[in-house]
Amino acid sequence: MINRGYYERFGGAYLPEILVATFDDLEDKFIKAKSDPLFWKEYSDIMSTYSCRPTPVTFAENLTNHFNGARIYIKREDLNHTGAHKANNVMGQGLLVKRMGKTRVIAETGAGQHGVATATMAAKFGFKCTIYMGEVDVQRQRPNVFWMDRLGAEVIPVREGTRILKDAINEAFRDWVGNMDTTHYVLGTACGPHPFPEMVSYFQSIIGKEARKQILEIEGRLPSRIYACVGGGSNALGIFKGFLADPVKLVGVEAGGRGLDSGLHAARLSSKDASIGVAQGYKTYFLQDSDGQMKETHSVAAGLDYVGVSPILAHLKESGRVRFESATDREVVDAMSLTIKKEGLIPALESAHAFVQAFKEAPKLSKEDIILINQSGRGDKDIFTVADAFDDPRWKEFIKKKAEEYNA
Amino acid sequence: MLELYLKSRLIEKKILLMTHIVLGYPSFEECFKIIETMVNAGVDLMELQIPFSEPVADGPVILHANQKSLAEGSTVKKCLDFAQNVTRSFDIPFLFMSYYNILFKYGIDRFAVSMAEINMKGAIVPDLPPEEGRDYLNAMKKYNLDPIFIFSPTTPDERMNYLASFGRGFIYCVARKGVTGLDTDFSGQLNKYLERCRMATHLPLALGFGVKDKNDIDFLKGKTDIAVIGTQTIRLVEKEGVGAVDEFVRSLR
Repeated sequence: MINRGYYERFGGAYLPEILVATFDDLEDKFIKAKSDPLFWKEYSDIMSTYSCRPTPVTFAENLTNHFNGARIYIKREDLNHTGAHKANNVMGQGLLVKRMGKTRVIAETGAGQHGVATATMAAKFGFKCTIYMGEVDVQRQRPNVFWMDRLGAEVIPVREGTRILKDAINEAFRDWVGNMDTTHYVLGTACGPHPFPEMVSYFQSIIGKEARKQILEIEGRLPSRIYACVGGGSNALGIFKGFLADPVKLVGVEAGGRGLDSGLHAARLSSKDASIGVAQGYKTYFLQDSDGQMKETHSVAAGLDYVGVSPILAHLKESGRVRFESATDREVVDAMSLTIKKEGLIPALESAHAFVQAFKEAPKLSKEDIILINQSGRGDKDIFTVADAFDDPRWKEFIKKKAEEYNA
Repeated sequence: MLELYLKSRLIEKKILLMTHIVLGYPSFEECFKIIETMVNAGVDLMELQIPFSEPVADGPVILHANQKSLAEGSTVKKCLDFAQNVTRSFDIPFLFMSYYNILFKYGIDRFAVSMAEINMKGAIVPDLPPEEGRDYLNAMKKYNLDPIFIFSPTTPDERMNYLASFGRGFIYCVARKGVTGLDTDFSGQLNKYLERCRMATHLPLALGFGVKDKNDIDFLKGKTDIAVIGTQTIRLVEKEGVGAVDEFVRSLR
């Protein structure tokens, strides 16, 4: 093990011996790529021609007037190809896979965004692709499964454990320990053993680099606060990394589910329910019992429904650099609804968590203040989940009719 | 000391047998019967797995055993109490196998104290490389317990030497890539790997992953000191019940 990747007391590489050589090789290739100036250029070129970078920063004038406080800006990661910031990480790792000479990629997915992004990258680069997805998530995110199928990926529903994101990660690791010679595991978030947290946040840092430049161009000054939702933490780290050295308050918003008192949530850093542990190859805060068994989590947003959190964010929480809050399922649907009506923007349920906290704080800030929300993904492609969250009667009627057609 | 015990047993036997069970699966009562049967049938040492909710190195059979044991209410405390009863009742060495979070949450030092108190001999922690294991290694040393380290076919020679410098008791050699319970090809490739393992350490070698019958064990005689049977007995108990264990274990020699 070349380096173990600690962020004070979080991180590390708790690897089964069979994977140590693979991680050493991955870290070696990543370090070489990072120090090669052509690599970042190749990366940003492909992101501007294949995806939609730089993604714009949008002034939310109507929301600003509505809350009558801080000026609200939105970083539009939803405009990436495949509709979320996930493309940034996936294309970056795809370029590394080419450098490593591997021919197959595997990935876990929660909401399906990372799975679709990985399947897209695999199609473009000509890799074989297998996606592990919890059975519960397959049920709630069928449209993404449909697209992964079309893109030629094999989607394997995971029926183990709680049948959501963490279980999909376990299955991807089980695949990898048998197939590391040909296969790279495209981990979707800034979690897992070193070098994944560093590598994923490195590729995602393109968000913050752009956003800082853009807001300075538009306003000539920095925002007071930045809001991002936190599942594993990759979109949050992506935007925060651009502002770590600035006098800017950084706010991460976790899934409050049915409320922090309900036990049905995924708040690792903003609730008292999590404690430090080691699982899935790294040390961080986990939602676990006193024996160290992982608990079930809940969120309306599959992409935030995860027991652990990036070790980098755990460190930034302890150092006080990032503040963590949570948003309940109910608040998320309300914030999403308001954003759709006022701005014609449709944030993903995940991203809408960041909007909730921004909306709570915007009215208390002065009109001189600028706040920036990271809209990590778009919600319109998650129509089934969103329609359920809105409990839309006409949609239900449509689905029933559609089912009758199929039965006919 | 485990190493001396193994070496003295090896004077009488060509190859030793280590078996693996998941504590609390199918139940603690049945686990006790399985252990009793195995000891009477001549098993030389056993690893007792404390179930964990995220057993990433384990294949479907052991994974399900972990999950079912937890669903039935297994706790670390119950496992320790059970193990105490086992070490009092049977005169072979017992090891714990579990993932690091179980030890970490219990408290590394406290866990080692408990192990020593109940006369467990050592532990196998598959997701704890020595680089991350300073506290664990210190605690194990302090209470005279053996930390078992793992070699894999992807481990370079140099790293084998490094791992062996921390290991005590024996070295657990994983036969192949992949998780537990899949088939292993017992052939020439394995010979070369085992030769590499032998060069790296003076400790006895155990070989596990995919060992399932007498043919496999005959192949390993003279190449490794201990054959490890894990998934296969769990499968057998699931299919044919605890009663089938005796004949199976005796058929391996």
